[in-house]
Formats: sequence, structure tokens, C-alpha cells
Amino acid sequence: MSPMAFVYLAVVLFVIGAAAVLLRRNAIVAFMGVELMLNAANLALVAFSRIHGTIDGQVMAFFVMVVAAAEVVVGLAIIIAVFRARQTISLDEPAELKG
Amino acid sequence: MFTAPEISYAAFAPTIIVLLAGAVGILLEAIIRTHTTRRHVQLGLALGAMVAAAGTAIVQWATYDAAGVVAQAGMFVMDRQALAWHVMLLVFGILGVLLFAARTRAGEEAFTPLGSTAPGSEDEAEARRRGFELTEVFPLALFAVGGMMLFAATVDFLALFVALEVFSLPLYIMVALARRKRLLSHEGALKYFLLGAFSSAIYLFGVALLYGATGSLSYADVAAAIIALPDMSPLFVIGAVMVLVGLLFKLGAVPFHTWSPDAYQGAPTPVTAFMAAATKAAAAAALLRVVFTALFPLEWELNWLIWTVAILSMVVGTVLALVQTDLKRMLAYSSVAHAGFILVAFAGFSPQALSAVPFYLLTYGLATIGAFAVLTQVREKAVDGTVGAEATRLGQWAGLGKREPLLAASMGLFLLSFAGIPLTAGFIGKFQAFAAAIDGGAWPLVFVAVLCSAAAAFFYVRLIVLMFFTDVPEDQEESIEVDYHPYARVVVWITAAAVILLGILPGGVLTLFEDAATLLTGL
Repeated sequence: MSPMAFVYLAVVLFVIGAAAVLLRRNAIVAFMGVELMLNAANLALVAFSRIHGTIDGQVMAFFVMVVAAAEVVVGLAIIIAVFRARQTISLDEPAELKG
Repeated sequence: MFTAPEISYAAFAPTIIVLLAGAVGILLEAIIRTHTTRRHVQLGLALGAMVAAAGTAIVQWATYDAAGVVAQAGMFVMDRQALAWHVMLLVFGILGVLLFAARTRAGEEAFTPLGSTAPGSEDEAEARRRGFELTEVFPLALFAVGGMMLFAATVDFLALFVALEVFSLPLYIMVALARRKRLLSHEGALKYFLLGAFSSAIYLFGVALLYGATGSLSYADVAAAIIALPDMSPLFVIGAVMVLVGLLFKLGAVPFHTWSPDAYQGAPTPVTAFMAAATKAAAAAALLRVVFTALFPLEWELNWLIWTVAILSMVVGTVLALVQTDLKRMLAYSSVAHAGFILVAFAGFSPQALSAVPFYLLTYGLATIGAFAVLTQVREKAVDGTVGAEATRLGQWAGLGKREPLLAASMGLFLLSFAGIPLTAGFIGKFQAFAAAIDGGAWPLVFVAVLCSAAAAFFYVRLIVLMFFTDVPEDQEESIEVDYHPYARVVVWITAAAVILLGILPGGVLTLFEDAATLLTGL
């Protein structure tokens, strides 16, 4: 199986993730979309790493995993703070900031 | 096979000092139990670390030979460009941290006593009664500054991504920690976080595509590969555009600006001051390096993007700033317009941009921190005489010049600098940026930029007229209180002096930035 197939899969996953961020109104689901985009990038990096025969892409994938984990910590903390204050995590709900 | 990298730790000294002090600060949170002691120690540690780091960077500037040194081959360079950004970011950090520590006359700080409590809840009231203080903001600021310094010094897309997150994550948290209007603060943080994470994912996928096209993550290798390959793979262009989108988001340029008004308005004002100046500087620094060492062979393919985004930012930022009634939001949209002016310097890829952009960011950052520092000092006063939140509605500033002439005059000075009026730093900054664009042959863009500057002057001058030539409304004489804290005032006076000095005698600093116009590729 050609490694290029994994790149195409990564593109599809990236688009699905981006659509989730832009279209879904639930903060957690939007955030999962971001995670899907990051993992799509990981898949592309590893596939390209295989194509080129260099290890840089795989190393970067590890860094991305660590950074994504740190991002989850901060993101969920903010989402929980919003939920405690409003009892909802809909992205349409908090709308005091406008204009 | 892996080979251990050779790292020149001495070259990293400024960054190491800042990040290490951040780590020590987190430890101190657990060790020191008394709130007041902890605040003093944290403030001292943060200021001391940043002053020491800035001193080290200046010593490095003086001792390194012409271009600078490679700190880690293919990863980080400490050239003069990086050192100039380091000192600038540290100055913004020092001024920002001073504002973090400022409080009102009644002893109220800018941050919530306990971030985990729900706004208006019993827990929050209890935390306030016990005198809790959120001193984590000082280490968080140190981490943010450290990340920004790495961001400005890296020559590798992987290190750029890590540095981007190192400085973004503390900022997302700090935005959510306002003491008053906490719902707005949460909302701003949520939007900033989601859009920030979205944009870094776009950046990352762009990097993956560039890696696919070139087989390397290092700026110099990417540039070499783009030049070497005769047929332009679409991967190059799509990857490069996605990388730029990620960086333009941090710069706050239209159409990637939607987070900035919300984050600026929701964040505690000291955080807004720090974030507005430092994030933009870091983003411009990284953008300069990426454009001039990695993506310059794609000039023809990328110029349209820079032109479009620059024009959109200037026009949209100016028009939307005109209709704002909230001061923080107005300054946020003005910062969007400034992102456009910064991009004007990039158009044409003129080497002059390497000194014009840092100078522009210095003038813009100083005026921004100063303006937000003034904002922290003007407060609403309730009928019973208690001083409340910052007065950010435009109308509340009517007649401020009569109450507090010096403070209002400083605000006027910062606004004139934003507008680019001669004899202020902003004029020299704009002049340099536009000269770089003309050198690159982008004169139509400069024409639009000058028109936008003229239109933008309207809303800056409107506030000045409001402060100095409008009387305090009859019923509002008692509703505004001009607060006083020495730290905030010191920040106002320092930035005001710097804005005047850079406007009248820019020569010395300009020469320094001309020396900084060299980029090492790090190989």
C-alpha cells in the first residue's frame, strides 16, 4: 500500500476536524475537532517521514502529541470554568462580547 | 540514527534565565503560604529575572561579532535580530508585570482571587474574604515571555510550533482570570483558546505539507529545496499559505483577527496590555524570519496573500474601530489595523523590513502598554463611593483632561503615536515601514496605508477631543474616579517618555535596528 494513501487520509481527517470546529456549537466537540486536526497533521508527518526516509517527521509527531496533551489541560480547564459559571458550554450562548 | 545535538547553553542564557525563573516561581507557589509575601517575592523574582535576562542579552549584543552565533545548529540562532527582539520582549514583559502587580487605592488587584470558583458564587466570596491572591500570573508571564523569545530565535518549524504553544498556553489562562466582569473574561478566553488551537492546527498541517514537499523542517533546507526543485509542487504553496495563516492569526490580521477584540476586551487590562504588545511583536518576529529565510523563493506565489491581508486588516480594522463605543474594543480594532501596517512593510520582501518591522513593533508596543496602563487608572465610582471596574465606555472619559491633565495628556500622546503624527514614535515607525514597502515596489499598498492612517486618525482624535474639549456631563461628576498606583503610573511615565524620545531622537535606536538586520540561517 502506497504511503501516499495515508496522506490522503490525513487530508480527509483534517477537513473533518476543521468542519467540526467551524460548524459544531458545543465547545467540547469543537475542541475534539482541533484534536482531530492535530492528529491528522501527525499522520501526514509520519507518512511523509516514511516517504522521505528521514526521521524528522516522526520526531515532530512526538512533540505534537506532548503539546496537544498540554493544550487539552488548558482547554478543558477553560471550558470547565465556563460551564461552572453558565451551566452550558454552547458556543452560541456566551455572547456578551460583540461588535 | 540519532546524534546528540550540540547546544551552546551560553547563547541561550537570556531564555534560560526567564524560563528557569518561571519554574522556580511555580515552586514558590507551593512553598510560601502567606499571600502578601508571595506576591512580593513573585513580583521580585519576575522583575529580577527579566532584568537579568535583558542585561545578558545586551552583553551578548556587545560581545558577539557582526552577525551573532548559532545556539543549536539548525534549530536556534542568537543573531542580532533575535537579540533585538529578546530585549524588546523583555521590556514589554517588565512593563506588563509591573501592571500585573498594580492595584487600586482600596487594595483591589486586577485578578480574581481564585480562578476555579464560579463568578458570584459563595466560594468566590469566601476566597475573597480570606484574602486569596492569584500570584500564578507572574510565573505564567515568565513562561509566556520565554516562549516568545524562543519563537523569535528559532530557524526550525518544529521548534517554532513548540515555542508557539509555550507562549500561547499561559496567555489563554491569563485572559480568563479577570477580577471583574468574569463572564466576559471567560468568554474571551474560550474564544481565544479555540481559535488559537484551530490556527496552530492549521499551521501544523502546513508544516506537514512543507515537510512532505521538501523532506526537511529547517528554514534553510526548505528554502534550498524550493529553489532546487524546478517544477513547483502545489504542496509548497498550500503548505506555505497554511504556515503563514497560523502566524497571521497570532499577528491578529484580518480575516484571522476575530479572537482579538474579544480577548482584548475580556482579559484583565494588564494582561491585555502585555498580550497586545508582546504577542504581536513575537508574531512579527517569527513571520519575518519565516518569510525571509524559508519562504522567500515563493515571493511571487505569496505576495498576493500579504497584499490582500494587509489591505483587509487596515480597512476592516479602521472601519470597525470607528464604530466602537468601548475603549478596549476600539484599541483592539486599532491593533488589527496596525497588523495591516506591519504587513505593509513585508510587501515586496525588501531587506529594509528587517529593521523597519522591529522598530515599528517597538513604537507600537510601548504606546499600547502605555494606553492600557492609563485605562487601568480610570475607574467607575458607585454612589456610595466605592471604586469599581475600569471605565471603558467612551462617554465616561469626557472631561478627563480637566480632572487629571497629565494622565489624559499621556493618553493623548499614545493615541497620537498610534495615529502616526510627527514628533511621536508612531510616525517614525510608520515612516520606516512604508519606506520598506516602497523599496520593495509596493507603492499602491503604501497609498492605501496612508489613506487608512488618515481615516484612523479620526477616532484617535475623537477621544482626545472628548478628554480635553468636552465638559464632564452634569450628572456624571461623581461617577468616575481616577485611581492611583505607583507601578501603573511608572509604566505610563516610562512609555510616554519613550514615545516622545523615539519620536524626536530616533537616530540611535534606528542605528541599532539597522545593525540587527541580519538573519542567520543556523546551518
